[in-house]
Amino acid sequence: MEKESKGGKQPLGGVIPKGGTADDYSTGGWRKLRPVVDNTKCTNCLICWVMCPDSAVITKDGKMMGFDLEHCKGCGICAVECPDKVKAIKMEEEAD
Amino acid sequence: MAITTKGQIGLTGNTAIAYAMKQINPDVCPAYPITPSTGIIEDFAGFVADGEVDTEMITVESEHSAMSACIGAEAAGARVMTATSSQGLALMWEMLYIASGMRLPIVLTNVNRALSAPINIHCDHSDSMGARDAGWVQLYSETVQEAYDNLIQAIRIAEHTDVLLPTMVCLDGFITSHAIENISLISDADVKGFIGAYKPAHALLDVEHPITYGAMSLPDNYIEFKHEQSRAMARSKAVVSAIGAEFGKKFGRSYGLFDAYRLEDADSVIVILNSAAGTTKVAVDELRAQGKKVGMLRPRLFRPFPFEELAKALSGAKAIAVLDRVDSMNGFGGPLFNEIRSALYETDSRPKVMSRIYGLGGRDYKVKDALGVYDELGKVVSTGKVETLQKYITL
Repeated sequence: MEKESKGGKQPLGGVIPKGGTADDYSTGGWRKLRPVVDNTKCTNCLICWVMCPDSAVITKDGKMMGFDLEHCKGCGICAVECPDKVKAIKMEEEAD
Repeated sequence: MAITTKGQIGLTGNTAIAYAMKQINPDVCPAYPITPSTGIIEDFAGFVADGEVDTEMITVESEHSAMSACIGAEAAGARVMTATSSQGLALMWEMLYIASGMRLPIVLTNVNRALSAPINIHCDHSDSMGARDAGWVQLYSETVQEAYDNLIQAIRIAEHTDVLLPTMVCLDGFITSHAIENISLISDADVKGFIGAYKPAHALLDVEHPITYGAMSLPDNYIEFKHEQSRAMARSKAVVSAIGAEFGKKFGRSYGLFDAYRLEDADSVIVILNSAAGTTKVAVDELRAQGKKVGMLRPRLFRPFPFEELAKALSGAKAIAVLDRVDSMNGFGGPLFNEIRSALYETDSRPKVMSRIYGLGGRDYKVKDALGVYDELGKVVSTGKVETLQKYITL
């Protein structure tokens, strides 16, 4: 009974003892659909960056640079939220 | 409420619990009053309104919310207490498991009352026994004095670094909660000194150390968290013993894992929880006066179940009746019966054990009922055979 578990000592009560640990957890493998951005159409409005629930839209100097595929779960919110006149993001089957 | 020089005062179980809560002075008390524990919250709300405690009292819309608020406040770093009964505890069920899984040392008083249906407000143990696998330490109290003493000890048990589990103190609805008993109170300063200040292991309001409570845990480590929780529950037995002894040393009333009454050479033994133990002791005295070798055992700690200690204490008996004030509805007796019988499996003597279910929904359990059980046990001792393994009494 007093034997240590295989997984070793765990944080008390399942507490995550510091911030930012989601970065260490790869959720990209959950993805069925992959977002693909067409940079020729993108206006860098960054609505996708605002709406992404996993902070998986990479930006630099106010420009949309692509996706963090280690954390993108392929929910497709970015593709839906991309303005109708632009529609620069398409969801493609991972299998293809 | 003046404490006399003798320290004796007449209080109901509910008033004594509320008074202990006043002395403990928890940071937060979320509550939704329910019969027969209403008096606890009523009295305690009075202490809050009169400024006698620093407690933030949260009146909520249900017991589910009461336990949810307990969890939130305890996770924030507060010392939290509440009280409930029956349907209230049943409505908390989902949250009870979250409190224990998150290792939050909340202290709850459960005034035992039957569960619906049929609706009934009187005493039995179906409420707290329904929560027996929820990961809470459970202490059962025979008297008002013990309920008061148990609640003060519960703070220390729950918050002990070897434990860090929520703890429930149970006492019988109406029989103990509403009966006035002459008890000894401990001074405010002594209670404060005994429980000490609460130093949470983690606190959401500690903004220097941001943490997440209640995150998901998948097959890669869920079982490890449960294993840790299980080990903490097993460790709490020693903590309950040590704190019961320390309490005795300081205040003159010692508490162990169970209360054994005239058990040493007893052939026939009744095992029973809470207030009915007092009635059983009267029957034991009557039969002992006639030279009959009878005894009684009343478990005080039910979770964790002290199976080794109980088996050792009962191994000298020849016939045991385990009386449950609840039916597990499993076709095989009550929970105390099943666990006592299982604990005795490892003993060489293997006493005969039978289940008797009594007093559901507040039906009186009288001395004559205990005498009837001892009569049956006497027959088992002489024949070596259990004629009726399980049945209802006090029908």
